[in-house]
Amino acid sequence: MEFFRFRKDIPFMQRALVFNAISLITFLAAVFFLVHRGLHLSVEFTGGTVIEVQYPGAVPLDPVRNTLGKLGYADAQVQNFGSSRDVLIRLPLKTGYTSAQQSEQVMGALKADTPEVQLQRVEFVGPQVGKELATDGLLALACVVVGIVIYLSFRFEWKYAVAGVIANLHDVVIILGFFAFFQWEFSLSVLAAVLAVLGYSVNESVVIFDRIRETFRRERKMSVIEVINHAITSTMSRTIITHGCTQMMVLSMFLFGGPTLHYFALALTVGILFGIYSSVFVAAALAMWFGVKREDLLKEKKDRVDPNDPNAGAQV
Amino acid sequence: MNRYPLWKYAVMLVALVIGLVYTLPNLYGEAPAVQVSSGKATVRLDATTLASVEAALAGNQIKPTAVTFDNSQNNANIRVRLTDTDTQLRVKDLLQKSLNSDPNDPQYIVALNLQSASPNWLTALRALPMYLGLDLRGGVHFLLQVDMAGALNKKLDSDASDVRTLLRDNNVRDGGVNRVNQSVVVNLADQATADAALKLLSRSVSELQWASQPNTGADGGVQLVGTFTPAVQRAVQDAALKQNITTLHNRVNELGVAEPVIQQQGTDRIVVELPGVQDTAKAKDIIGRTATLEARLADPVNTHPNPNDPVPPGDELFTQGNQVPVLLRKQVIFTGDRIIDASAGFDEHQRPSVNIRLDSAGGRAVRSVSRDNIGKPMAMVLFERGKGEVLTVATIQSELGDRFQITGQPTPQAATDLALLLRAGSLAAPMEIIEERTIGPSLGADNIKKGFHSVVWGFAAIAVFMIAYYMLFGVISMIGLSVNLLLLVAVLSMLQATLTLPGIAAIALALGMAIDANVLINERVREELRHGAPPQLAIQNGYEHAWATILDSNVTTLIAGLALLAFGSGPVRGFAMVHCIGILTSMFSAVFFSRGVVNFWYGGKKKLKSLSIGQVWRPQTAGAGAAYAGNSLGSDDDATDTAQAIAATKATAKANPKAGAKAAAGAQGRAKPTVRRRNAPGTPASSASTPEKPGSSR
Repeated sequence: MEFFRFRKDIPFMQRALVFNAISLITFLAAVFFLVHRGLHLSVEFTGGTVIEVQYPGAVPLDPVRNTLGKLGYADAQVQNFGSSRDVLIRLPLKTGYTSAQQSEQVMGALKADTPEVQLQRVEFVGPQVGKELATDGLLALACVVVGIVIYLSFRFEWKYAVAGVIANLHDVVIILGFFAFFQWEFSLSVLAAVLAVLGYSVNESVVIFDRIRETFRRERKMSVIEVINHAITSTMSRTIITHGCTQMMVLSMFLFGGPTLHYFALALTVGILFGIYSSVFVAAALAMWFGVKREDLLKEKKDRVDPNDPNAGAQV
Repeated sequence: MNRYPLWKYAVMLVALVIGLVYTLPNLYGEAPAVQVSSGKATVRLDATTLASVEAALAGNQIKPTAVTFDNSQNNANIRVRLTDTDTQLRVKDLLQKSLNSDPNDPQYIVALNLQSASPNWLTALRALPMYLGLDLRGGVHFLLQVDMAGALNKKLDSDASDVRTLLRDNNVRDGGVNRVNQSVVVNLADQATADAALKLLSRSVSELQWASQPNTGADGGVQLVGTFTPAVQRAVQDAALKQNITTLHNRVNELGVAEPVIQQQGTDRIVVELPGVQDTAKAKDIIGRTATLEARLADPVNTHPNPNDPVPPGDELFTQGNQVPVLLRKQVIFTGDRIIDASAGFDEHQRPSVNIRLDSAGGRAVRSVSRDNIGKPMAMVLFERGKGEVLTVATIQSELGDRFQITGQPTPQAATDLALLLRAGSLAAPMEIIEERTIGPSLGADNIKKGFHSVVWGFAAIAVFMIAYYMLFGVISMIGLSVNLLLLVAVLSMLQATLTLPGIAAIALALGMAIDANVLINERVREELRHGAPPQLAIQNGYEHAWATILDSNVTTLIAGLALLAFGSGPVRGFAMVHCIGILTSMFSAVFFSRGVVNFWYGGKKKLKSLSIGQVWRPQTAGAGAAYAGNSLGSDDDATDTAQAIAATKATAKANPKAGAKAAAGAQGRAKPTVRRRNAPGTPASSASTPEKPGSSR
């Protein structure tokens, strides 16, 4: 089996402008939704109490809401979670009540209605934790970006580093945009997924950059555009197969991992798809526009000897 | 070519064996066990307890699988591993009876527990199963924030009172000593007094840093401001955190939880995890309980009464040590939360002593009581589960203040124990629950199943695809990936990491990403074959070329992982840890190990005609072999490239691409790439330059 039979290099870079326009529009849309709708943050970030209960059979949500309303939790969110038997209740922070009081109160009321209801999980997060998580997340992001720029500048050149990081930050924003648009729940594990995608998608760009460098070395007559096209085309099969395999794993998490891994897998899926797109079309094109040259990567090793020294370079 | 020296195969074998040994304990599951732990802060587990447990078992002809004594500082316990749950229940009742003579006042907690069922030889190798996180086994998780400002204030308050006493004793007139925020401020009338006071304070209250400044208030004069030096402040915070953890341990022990986790997180937080506990309300009640230590005067006339003596009015009967009765007054002098510090030391006669420091309110109370009761006994009582146990009865020798000593301990060890018990009665600083999670046990089991299924099905899907696509090389890739999984689990078990659901997700993701290295290698080998390299050389160059890429891409991923590890908390940290270890093991397994297998299979076969790596499609077979033949074998820079082959075939391909492809597929259709040497028909195909690419001829 051989899926990818490219007879000649695909002229990706000739269409770079179109690809980047698409990417820019997606990016702007993502930013728009992020600003306009905002993220649907989980209790880990906002603080509050989450109670997960299980009923013996399917349960309509309205009576549950009414019960909670009677307790003074009119603004509680009640939703099904995984199956129609599982109900997730989110209570906002309430001053003067501890989470234990809140959950006991709620469980008491629910048990009064349906004695068989079972408490599956309670999660309470104080308000100060959420803030910290957000700053820690941003710090982690900054560290990843700086670390990758330094490493790539050292291994390649700053143009590649900047191109790679821009392309991948744009992935991150697009993932966040998806979460804002669909109002998927943004939890800690999603944050982990987003940061993992950052590393993963840079990895993709690196594979292409690596090929560009190699092609520069080998094909001395090719123009920059040809070199990039060639590099992308020859790594294409690897790109698709690798991401296909990773996606199979992610899909398996999505299908079998249950509600906890649901959004984690979703974030990874979006990240993988846009990771490919951005590394192939955006990172390479940006590198091209930054003006990468053969000479940047193939610095001739100059002889560090004194030209006036008659014995310089003499070897026995 | 493509042969590993023997030591490399040895390394592979050793890695495989280590991986297997340390992964094994995770597969054995858990066996029923009975756990014995101390039921009171005053009761310690030791060799005699172990002996009595063993004697009790032997006396009833019960043969346990193993009896282990874990003598850790905070959570000493004895575990008896058994074969089935029936015996487990029997042993529990048996030990309950034989260890606790008085069922109403149990000395030991005997609880049902589960223990790793791995055989003893694995345990002897320190090969232990991974610890399952709460989301996988169910239980309660609390994150407590320690109010460090509170701890410092408590200490500063006591320092302020010390200063007051000190100035009065030395006849320095002050205009008031107060704690202002995180400092002690002494108001003095003029510079001369201030100098005298400064000299005095710098010598005697040396844990504060003293500085003088003019008083800006209405009274004028000079102020001395004492603040903690950073070192002292750190020491105070450390001590406060440690004491809170010790206290929490003692309180949690009361719940009889099998394996509580009480850990410091960051500088001012404590994580409490109680697996298996479902009753959060009770857990919180016990964790948040107030002081349990009381100081009282003992009855001076009849301190140790006979068992049948009536209890006089105003007195209460307690016991000390081995059921020695003690009569104490009902009136409480001070409670445990007044104790700022209790430490073991020696008095001026080099006898072991316990030095106690109280806060100012406690100090005042002790002073007034002790002044009137010199020569009479005073006792410390520790309350556990509503029952008081007298820790010590000591005679008041003189008027006491906020610092005093208790002597009479037989050994320094006893003094240390007493100091610990005195501290255990109170929290050094108030705590607040800032995060709480309860996970039901069924949800935990469900999560394990889900995590396991995602890994298995994802792995299976990848295996089917890789083997179908890359044939034998696919099989080798999957061997590499399995070794990766093995090593990953082994390393996590060695580190005794806590496995959580995000951790399982990270394992799945690590595998999904690790396959990247194998795909890179396989694609490279195919590419080399496509350019006409002989099989052995294709393997060598394929691996060599892929390695640089694998290294670069893994390092960038590792950077992301490390940043997550550094800044993440809770589930993110667990995820990041697995992620980072996964990257490292994947480099080993995908590059070193899979190469080893390839070498083992193909290495040294001189007349190797083909590799089982699936079909290698070529634009056109012609020219490839020739192009390769023209190069010196093995030189990297001159290795052939698709571009050349493409250029060579462009003319034909353009004229009739379909026919060309068909011809190529026909020629190579057996999925067995062979390298044939042919004379290329269209060598330097300069005439084939296409209009879109001017100047691409070469």
